[in-house]
Amino acid sequence: MLVFIIKRLAAGVILLLAVSLVAFTLLYIGGGDIARRLLGENATAEVVAQKAQELGLDKPFFAQYFDWLSGAIRGDLGNSWFTSQAVAVDLSSRLPVTLSIVVGAVVLAAIVSVVLGVLAATRGGWIDAVVQFISVIGFSIPNFLIALALVIVFAINLGWFNATGYVTFATSPAGWVASVTLPIIALSLATIATVTQQIRGSVIDAMSRDYVRTLQTRGLSPRIVVLQHVLRNAGGPALAVLAVQFIGLLGGAIVIEQIFALPGIGQLTVQATTLGDIPVVMGVVMITAIIAVIVNLAIDLAQAALNPKVRLS
Amino acid sequence: MTAVDLPTTVPAPIARVSLMRRLVRRPVALAALIFLGLVILVALVGPFIAPYGPNEGSISDILAPPSPEHLLGADSAGRDVLSRLIYATRISVLAAALATVTSLTIGVIAGLLAGYYRGWFDNVSSWFTSLIMALPGIVVLLAARAALGPSVWLAMIIFGIILSPAYYRLVYAAVSGVRNELFIDAARVSGLSDTRIIGRHILSVVRAPIIIQSAIIAGIAIAIQSGLEFLGLGDLTLPTWGAMLNDAFINIYSAPWLMLPPSLAISLTCISLTLLANGMRDVLERTVSVRRRTRRAVTTATGSVAAVTTSLSTSGSDLLVDDLEPTASATDAAPIVHGEDEFSASKGGANLLEISGLRVGYDQSEGPDIEVVHGVSLTVRRGEIHGLVGESGSGKTQTAFAVLGVLPRGGRVTAGTISFDGLDLAGGPQQARSYRAVRGTRISYIPQEPMSNLDPSFTIGYQLVQPLRHTLGMSKKDARAKALGLLERVGIPDPQRTFDAYPFEVSGGMAQRVLIAGAVSTDPDLIIADEPTTALDVTVQAEVLDLIRDLQHERGMAVLLVTHNFGVVADLCDRVTVMQNGLFVEQGPVRTILEHPEHPYTRSLLDAILDEGPARPPWVELEGTRR
Repeated sequence: MLVFIIKRLAAGVILLLAVSLVAFTLLYIGGGDIARRLLGENATAEVVAQKAQELGLDKPFFAQYFDWLSGAIRGDLGNSWFTSQAVAVDLSSRLPVTLSIVVGAVVLAAIVSVVLGVLAATRGGWIDAVVQFISVIGFSIPNFLIALALVIVFAINLGWFNATGYVTFATSPAGWVASVTLPIIALSLATIATVTQQIRGSVIDAMSRDYVRTLQTRGLSPRIVVLQHVLRNAGGPALAVLAVQFIGLLGGAIVIEQIFALPGIGQLTVQATTLGDIPVVMGVVMITAIIAVIVNLAIDLAQAALNPKVRLS
Repeated sequence: MTAVDLPTTVPAPIARVSLMRRLVRRPVALAALIFLGLVILVALVGPFIAPYGPNEGSISDILAPPSPEHLLGADSAGRDVLSRLIYATRISVLAAALATVTSLTIGVIAGLLAGYYRGWFDNVSSWFTSLIMALPGIVVLLAARAALGPSVWLAMIIFGIILSPAYYRLVYAAVSGVRNELFIDAARVSGLSDTRIIGRHILSVVRAPIIIQSAIIAGIAIAIQSGLEFLGLGDLTLPTWGAMLNDAFINIYSAPWLMLPPSLAISLTCISLTLLANGMRDVLERTVSVRRRTRRAVTTATGSVAAVTTSLSTSGSDLLVDDLEPTASATDAAPIVHGEDEFSASKGGANLLEISGLRVGYDQSEGPDIEVVHGVSLTVRRGEIHGLVGESGSGKTQTAFAVLGVLPRGGRVTAGTISFDGLDLAGGPQQARSYRAVRGTRISYIPQEPMSNLDPSFTIGYQLVQPLRHTLGMSKKDARAKALGLLERVGIPDPQRTFDAYPFEVSGGMAQRVLIAGAVSTDPDLIIADEPTTALDVTVQAEVLDLIRDLQHERGMAVLLVTHNFGVVADLCDRVTVMQNGLFVEQGPVRTILEHPEHPYTRSLLDAILDEGPARPPWVELEGTRR
């Protein structure tokens, strides 16, 4: 088991290095003359050269990359070109906001999907029809449209929630809940659609297994058979889908944060993208990749806990 | 079994022609197709029908509400919303097409190469895939936008690359599956070049899933493109649905109606693409599900179940012909029921299980139910072993499942009674309660395939202990002690080790002993054993049969033994019921059936057994007397 974790960690580190190298190459070389772009067409060549030197852009590419990498390993992701603020500091102050809505959406999606998926698979009938309907809606309509609809109905018309703004948990737990509820719902709908379908499918599949019939003949109640045996065997594929969804939600959060004016990573990313603030963009790419690696590791461990075949091999 | 195999060889061109025709017959898919056709039409002729130019605005019209002049109103720059919507349609369609074509090209080519040639290409591709999967698409797009500037087309090409693993996986899996099929070998041997093999045989397999995937990808591309524009990160000179939404969102309080046109355009297009994909999947999945079921049915060799599921999902045309013909002739003749002989009369006590006129049918979405058991009657007495014999597909397993109340989904007892020690088990409102009272405690089950009948996620010990605790209410400690004792009784050398093991860690013979231990653990009155030795090695078969006989003797249980093997019948049974095509054709004491079979079907079964190999002892004396 320990070997397994170490292997996965090593693979994760290699993946992070690869992501950083590719991203750095694209961002710093793909952008052409960065200093010129930052200063505009009217700047003189001297000023541009000075700017390039100031930002370290005059060094050979690999020297730039290793500067960045050695800083990154120590937790220093450089400074923003526009605000001069340390990227790592900026990111870490915004991360809790983004994680609240992403983790909230994952947890909500997991709970709702298990309930709906199991009901759709075991009861069929109108529950199944409702689930299919939700799935089509959730899967096809982009999350920002869902968010807009929620804002119009629940914040503007009904006034149940604030349309925008963020309250930290420390300031007021109730305010925090009120500020993240709509974003979490908007974010989770697509995941609910996908994961419910997955659970429905794998529960139906697991229900048709021979051992389920045998367990029934042993006198176990349908509830125990479904909740213990079927769900556990159906859980593996659902977890794998949830992992992919988690990473997708990090992206979805960028748009959602914009709509609800939440001061998370997404807002920072959009600003940095518009301005061409490369160090910040690079930092966002890395923090996302790190979260992805951690999530995948956690899911692998959960798979091992769920499935003895994984655990014992 | 040939009849069952037929549906796998549906020729691909026919499937494609009927795909379109079958899609059009589904109202939802048809509506989606019509809407998408309309969208594409608007994209094509847009500039000719738009009343104004996309960026043509006048200050006097700023945020003008809908009017005859501006049917959908005007936006914050006084531009006509309808015209912008029309122009934006073209950009959305082109953008979606660009992303889809890019990812299709990359994904399919890489998937074909990696799947067909494997080797380093395979490694590189899977590495690239996991690299792409590590980042959310939008983060990559934003990074690209930061470095390369705003461009819808560039963004869509990059997005196409990001999405290409979806096609890659699809094609790779299909190619890997097909690659080692015999017909590919045959094609290779007959001198076809690799390109032709890939083109003709492999692409035809993946074509349908690729079409479905494309509809999904196009939807995702439209969603993400409008998402980027909505964030204000797109090319502001172009009219796009996302940019219109952005403008509307800014003016949400002053001109809320602006939200509607772009929202509807985006959602309806995306929903239509999803519904179209779902429709295609529904149409195509019929054949796919038949394949899957057929394969499983063949491997487990439960012919009757295979017959049912296949006939259900292929509307049963080819199979029913097969089934009905002998049935018709058999219905004419009444079953032959022999009287008791001195052996069978002395064996066993009062009737324990009485099945009379049992019919089992399966619901079908279209047309009438399919009946697989057409009126079977038999009785099992206390302490006797009753053999239920017949070839695959004769309905014997269905009869056994009906008694246990575990018919597969859609199956039910349509007529007749099953009475267990006075309890009515077939139908009626009391059925669930009756089963709760007897199943697992008084009736239990030994399945055919040991490995697939143990839950791979739980230890063997847990699967023995859990029913004891639930049905008999035993304490954990007592149940554990009893389970260990049972494992020892069924001849498992190291009970503790097996108790702690997972099912996949023991051999098939051991697993079957575990299942037998589970079946007898609650001291039932009746055990239903469904081909308990068929899946086992020949050497293990005899041991398991001996074990069942010993346990039956020791505990005085009745056994309903489902088998196709007359050797097993001769070895164990007191009385026999012979089934053919869902009907019972002959019934009587084992000696009578073996020595004086009257029904031609019984005779042919007995003949078939003798051809199989060395006969078991009772058969030697039968040899001379039989005809």
